[in-house]
Amino acid sequence: MAKDGAGAGGAPRTSLLYDPAFRSIAFQIVLLVAVLFVGWYLFHNTTQNLASRNIASGFGFLGQPAGFDIIQTLVPYGQSATYGEAFVVALLNTMLISAIGIVLATIIGFIVGIARLSSNWIVARLATVYVETLRNIPLLLQIFFWYFAVLRALPGPKQSLSPFEGMYLNQRGLYMPVPVTEPGFWTIPVALLLGIVGAIAVSAWARKRLMATGKPFHSFWAGLGLIIGLPVLAALATGVPFTFEFPELKGFNFQGGVVLIPEFMAVLFALSLYTASFIAEVVRSGIMAVSKGQTEAAHALGLRQGLTLRLVVIPQALRVMIPPMTSQYLNLLKNSSLGAAVGYPELVAVVAGTVLNQTGQAIEVIALTMAVYLTFSLIISLFMNWYNARKALIER
Amino acid sequence: MTDQSQAHVFTPTPPQPPPANMVGVVGWLRANLFNGWFNSLLTVFSLYLLYLTLPPLVSWAFINATFSGTDRTMCEASPHGACWTFIKMRFNQILFGFYPEGEQWRPIVTFLIGLGGLIGTAFRFAGKRWLVLFMLTGFPIIAFFLLAGGYFGLTEVETAKWGGLTVTLVVSVTGIVASFPIGIMLALGRRSQMPIVRSACVVFIEVVRGVPLISVLFMASVMLPLFLPEGMTFNKLLRALVGVTLFTAAYMAEVVRGGLQAVPKGQYEGAAALGLGYWKMMILIILPQALKLVIPSIVNSFISLFKDTTLVYIVGLFDVLEIIRVSTKDANWIGFEKEGYVFAALMFWVFCFAMSRVSLRIEKRLDTSHRK
Amino acid sequence: MNKLSQFTFGALLALGTVTAAQAGTLDDVKKKGFVQCGVSTGLAGFSAPDDKGEYKGLDVDVCKAVAAAVFGDATKVKFTPLTAKERFTALQSGEVDLLSRNTTWTLNRDTAQGLSFAGVTYYDGQGFMVRKSLGVKSAKELDGASICTETGTTTELNLSDYFKSNGLKYTVVALGSNSEAVAAYDSGRCDAYTTDASGLYATRIALAAPDDHMVLPEIISKEPLGPVVRQGDSQWFNVVKWSLFAMVAAEEYGVTAANVDEQKASSANPEVKRLLGAEGEFGTPMGLPNDWAYKIVKQLGNYGEAFDRNVGAGSPLKIDRGINALWNKGGLQYAPPFR
Repeated sequence: MAKDGAGAGGAPRTSLLYDPAFRSIAFQIVLLVAVLFVGWYLFHNTTQNLASRNIASGFGFLGQPAGFDIIQTLVPYGQSATYGEAFVVALLNTMLISAIGIVLATIIGFIVGIARLSSNWIVARLATVYVETLRNIPLLLQIFFWYFAVLRALPGPKQSLSPFEGMYLNQRGLYMPVPVTEPGFWTIPVALLLGIVGAIAVSAWARKRLMATGKPFHSFWAGLGLIIGLPVLAALATGVPFTFEFPELKGFNFQGGVVLIPEFMAVLFALSLYTASFIAEVVRSGIMAVSKGQTEAAHALGLRQGLTLRLVVIPQALRVMIPPMTSQYLNLLKNSSLGAAVGYPELVAVVAGTVLNQTGQAIEVIALTMAVYLTFSLIISLFMNWYNARKALIER
Repeated sequence: MTDQSQAHVFTPTPPQPPPANMVGVVGWLRANLFNGWFNSLLTVFSLYLLYLTLPPLVSWAFINATFSGTDRTMCEASPHGACWTFIKMRFNQILFGFYPEGEQWRPIVTFLIGLGGLIGTAFRFAGKRWLVLFMLTGFPIIAFFLLAGGYFGLTEVETAKWGGLTVTLVVSVTGIVASFPIGIMLALGRRSQMPIVRSACVVFIEVVRGVPLISVLFMASVMLPLFLPEGMTFNKLLRALVGVTLFTAAYMAEVVRGGLQAVPKGQYEGAAALGLGYWKMMILIILPQALKLVIPSIVNSFISLFKDTTLVYIVGLFDVLEIIRVSTKDANWIGFEKEGYVFAALMFWVFCFAMSRVSLRIEKRLDTSHRK
Repeated sequence: MNKLSQFTFGALLALGTVTAAQAGTLDDVKKKGFVQCGVSTGLAGFSAPDDKGEYKGLDVDVCKAVAAAVFGDATKVKFTPLTAKERFTALQSGEVDLLSRNTTWTLNRDTAQGLSFAGVTYYDGQGFMVRKSLGVKSAKELDGASICTETGTTTELNLSDYFKSNGLKYTVVALGSNSEAVAAYDSGRCDAYTTDASGLYATRIALAAPDDHMVLPEIISKEPLGPVVRQGDSQWFNVVKWSLFAMVAAEEYGVTAANVDEQKASSANPEVKRLLGAEGEFGTPMGLPNDWAYKIVKQLGNYGEAFDRNVGAGSPLKIDRGINALWNKGGLQYAPPFR
């Protein structure tokens, strides 16, 4: 720690060896040399190995045609797609499952976390059982369970379960109708956008009025009305410019509509249920960290239980919850790589799996994969830090 | 008068018993399950949920389950129940993998020594320093020689034959023990005043924490051979251990750093005022306090490492989960995935749950603060 | 600060088995006393552990043949089970001396990935397996089907080529290992499962009800499977290549495990004499004893025997010799002359 003060006041009587400043510098130089040496050693070995084994290097392979197909693609991925495009497809698949997983895990986690503190004995017990069970079982096992054990129990395409008209659930996935746009469709997104802008404006105005006059205005319902109402109006005005394409059983499988593949669903269920059990604990400890006086004061003011939670307890609990929540989100992102185990085409499965095998360029491929996760981790951390700073207690 | 004054003495009426619906079973139900319409609704819903899940589960796992027999014929006779015969027949493999049958006492003895040490540490931590020292240094050496053999008249057992719970425990225990010193070094380095040391540690910790374990293991299995001079190869198990250890070390470093930060500044200043150098200060004053604070977090790291060992299938090791999965693909037992996964889940759950309870216990034991 | 971690690193390096591969693989192998052979994690008939954990199969026999040639003892071999993903790295890094793991010989692998294919143990082709209840008789009827396969193999690429060239639609479910792909197919995730035809037969007998499944007649690709060694070590390359040829030649000349002693002593055929080391010095230039081929045939039999035992009529797989018959019996197996 403190390395100063040795040379202060008068000539140093001790040898250079005992001078903390010197020792510190010498030690760092030794470390730097050691790190550089190890780095050089590994680099040297690697280049020598690559050369002697006649393995190509560089990122040129990204431009070469990939020649394999991917089961779930969010962007067009055609016949002559390159490894680079396969990388983009995999990247988007990782982002998709992480984003939806984070939203789902947060919702379930909040519900379970609050349920654990419920005054209802049976609800609290059930929530405890949920948390203690799921967080103590490896995620990989849960993914396998959802994929191999639950999938086996679903019917084949010809005996599909159909909870709603046009919606089919079978071993090949969940098939749903998809809207097909017609001319004039553009009005609906525009109306939706206007609705969102309007809702934000109303809420800002309502807050301002509340601050100024103390009169509340229920901006939530007005905003919801705007967001839903405007697009509906636009659709009616332009004569419903879209139709639904329904999935149909053709040959072996359903064609048309949109499908959630079993791999996606299995990984999503496992990821969000598992992470939710940790988020529930974060929520619970966050709420318990809010002093009981706050709840009692809110009750004394006549707020009901729900309002107390929403207006008094959770806003304060959020401050405690944000840092651990961030690490849970990061865990979820990193854990989405386990999708590779059941063939969900995310980054590790496609890039560190198929691409690595077809090209044999292990170093480039793994470096690329790791760089993506690092970047994502950094972005989520930065965003949560910003959010944390925004929500932090402003002391006056 | 006296009579009258007597009559005027205040005698309180005995308190009435609480209404019948506030005490006893009914009262408890009212207070805990049916206070308000919302709670009542939740209660009814939860009961319905239990009704939906519990009876089928019990009938599958116990009532209709098959425990006897040696092959699938008995199980096929009762298709709506679990086939625990499968687990029974494979139990030996689940515990030891392909470890030769005559030598299986070795993993058992290792496990018992480890368990004994762990219980000893957990229950009388403070007085038994040598025990901790033994668990961190002597035990791994004994375990290595016992399991691998090749010396002292023990036949050598190749690591390729290890499997099941043995591998799961070897990977997780080695991972946590080996990552401990590295983690401490990294944590000290991260708080060091020396810029190069600090940045090296920060880069290592943040990079490792930013990537998934699966990619670290990938690296250990497909990239490590490229980094080493030609002809130098690693045993698969060792490769997994290196990957797991480095990965855990980064998390351990953050745990230890948390402890270092929690030690009051006065302790550092006090140590410096006594004229202690950096290492003496750390070893004698700061680290004992810091580590004590973070023991529960270390146990939590261990729990998550224990769960993460399931990923070693990537480097081709047969841990508990993988050996069960291999068994479910055997032609004789195909179609019993559910039993396999439920049993694996149960095994992991028992271990993790027990450890989390131990962690709570240690936390209470070590709580020497004067808080009430 | 990092000193300790570096100590650990050094210690770990010391723990890793160090073999100096520069000297040539054959010398290394002789020095350590066994052949380290990379095989599949489990493909019945080619390389799969039996209930005692011993590896058995055609690919395994190739490894044993090399051990017999080098040491005169077919048991001096250790097996490393490898996934499709790690097989090439394991070979390149020297972790295994020889890769005999149903690996397809392709141009790219032979040239750009630092590998050398030493021959063909089994001429294979990619096919499909479906449930009989699907009512499909040809792969051309698989339009719109979902198909399970193992990722990281040529299978995935052939599949894409085949369906595109036939204008068919499909969805591919690519799983991390062969057994996972089979498990997904078996659980009903896919209509069809695709891999090399030999693998299809091996997989089918491992299913719970083999008779519910059938292999479609189409073979959509050429898959010559054979042993692989590292590039740039021609001595070792020759040892592996000729060990395989010796088994094929032995079949051609009617030398079997049962009659090899008699043939060596009394055969009138000079080719057989040269093969079995009764005449000439054909082992020495390879760095092997002259009776190297005799040791192979004595312990493992000829190619035909190994084929029958592992995948052919004498095995549960019952695969026809087909194109794997000898060249003079209408097949492709051919050994250059032993002279």
